[in-house]
Amino acid sequence: MRRETAFNDALAALLLAVPLAAHALAEPFYVALATRVAILALAAAGLNLALGFGGLVSFGHAAFFGIGGYVAGIFAAHAFNAEPLLGLPVSDQMPVIWLAAAVVCALVALPIGAISLRTSGVYFIMITLAFAQMIYYFAISWPAYGGEDGLSITVRNGFPGLNTANPLSFFLVCYGLLAAFLVLMWRVRDSRFGTALQAARQNAERVAAVGIKPFRIRLAAFVISAVVTGIAGALFADLNRFVSPSMMSWQMSGELIVLVILGGTGRLFGPVAGAILYVLLEYALGGLTERWQLFLGFILLGVVLFARGGIVGLVAGKARHG
Amino acid sequence: MAEAILDIRNLSKSFGGLKATDDVSLDLKKGEIHALIGPNGAGKTTLIHQISGTLRPSAGAIRFLGQDVTGLDVAARARLGLGRTFQISSLAMDFPALRNVMLAVQSRQGSSFRFFRNVGTDASLTEPAMAALSRVGLEGRAAVPASELSHGERRQLEIAIALALGSKALLLDEPMAGMGQEGSRSLTRLLDALRGEAPILLVEHDMDAVFALADRISVLVYGRVIATGTVGEIRNNADVRTAYLGARP
Repeated sequence: MRRETAFNDALAALLLAVPLAAHALAEPFYVALATRVAILALAAAGLNLALGFGGLVSFGHAAFFGIGGYVAGIFAAHAFNAEPLLGLPVSDQMPVIWLAAAVVCALVALPIGAISLRTSGVYFIMITLAFAQMIYYFAISWPAYGGEDGLSITVRNGFPGLNTANPLSFFLVCYGLLAAFLVLMWRVRDSRFGTALQAARQNAERVAAVGIKPFRIRLAAFVISAVVTGIAGALFADLNRFVSPSMMSWQMSGELIVLVILGGTGRLFGPVAGAILYVLLEYALGGLTERWQLFLGFILLGVVLFARGGIVGLVAGKARHG
Repeated sequence: MAEAILDIRNLSKSFGGLKATDDVSLDLKKGEIHALIGPNGAGKTTLIHQISGTLRPSAGAIRFLGQDVTGLDVAARARLGLGRTFQISSLAMDFPALRNVMLAVQSRQGSSFRFFRNVGTDASLTEPAMAALSRVGLEGRAAVPASELSHGERRQLEIAIALALGSKALLLDEPMAGMGQEGSRSLTRLLDALRGEAPILLVEHDMDAVFALADRISVLVYGRVIATGTVGEIRNNADVRTAYLGARP
């Protein structure tokens, strides 16, 4: 456990130090790269609550990632044109957008979870995929906000007291949100809710036999998980200043799962480790060949066959439960 | 006559053409151990599953503490105080023994929707859980993951969980199975002491334990109860001897 804590601290320090150094050396590209890591890590950390701690393999989290992205895009567009949305004035401040993304994702995740959680195993994977595909095609065929072409964000949404156009400021916003959520996850993991959720993953029959309904626990985890991935989606749209249906594609859902597995399923910093490795590979190998995901495939194969605990498991050994 | 804590009336369960439970009526009274015996395939575990709520009966009713629970699910029955152990130990294998018991304590306290407080430092969870572990003699194994406990220790842990739940009746499905002689003896002593706290419906193949513990015995054959009575009555029942005891080598 102590080794895992040290590794986690090192990852957190690394992810902060690299963009600070890059900023000092006037290399904004690397700041943007680190921002991408932080946002993908947050999205995957959201998924990790459902997938890692709850054992719920959602193959539809890109839907929430995309919904968050569209909330950011739609708010930015309305705010830029000073058009009200549903009769209300629109803010271009990130905290408001995150709140809106959270509410919309929760409202969408609630019925999806309530239906999907009636199934398990492969059926759960397929039904979450089916819901995500429905939302994906809805986004494609909705012309008001760009349809298939997507929606550009002319001016990155703001944050009170910060100039988010500055790459480092925006990175710090993303990093702060990631850090806050990881602290929250650390508390939740060892709480009553976390105990029930992890126990339900290990043995749902046992959880029911002591009088706790696994369904409710899992539904809550699924909704929280969707909300966090949605907020990450809003950040992702702001990073690229662009949102399109591809954020909701099943490939994106797969990428999020890959991040979690690479880093270490059900490990607090697994998504961070996974996102760092993923973005590094994408950057290093992507410069050599367009087919860089072939190498990602080999690495994933290696992790699944030889290092089930992912990167964190490789460094810190098997997870211990207090 | 003592009041019935658990009252099963005319319970039937069919799987296709097979009648796994055929018009079974039995009850569990305050302070008693009621053993359910019968040859393999008699439908004992199917009956336990219906009482605990895993399976829905095709017909009949189950009353627990005066309330009809036939329509309730497993979790709801457990919260009313119907504790059980499984024929094959069913635990959160990655969790240490203590945290397995703490799950039952937190359920008993009400809500699992508390997100921030660390359970490991919450004495309102750890102390009752540790007390339950001590009662089954597992206090020295509290920090060991369930996956590393021996078969017999897992059985004890399941009983500790049922105790921590504050069970008002216990359904024990072959708790002695696979236990060594010494393990069986100490478990027999434990169950003997428990009956005053919670009456026990005991499914068991270990006849020494059954004869030592049971206040009453019901014999189940092909889904039907062919006899119910005291140890002496069952030993001397001709039907039982042919159907079950006599068939034993």
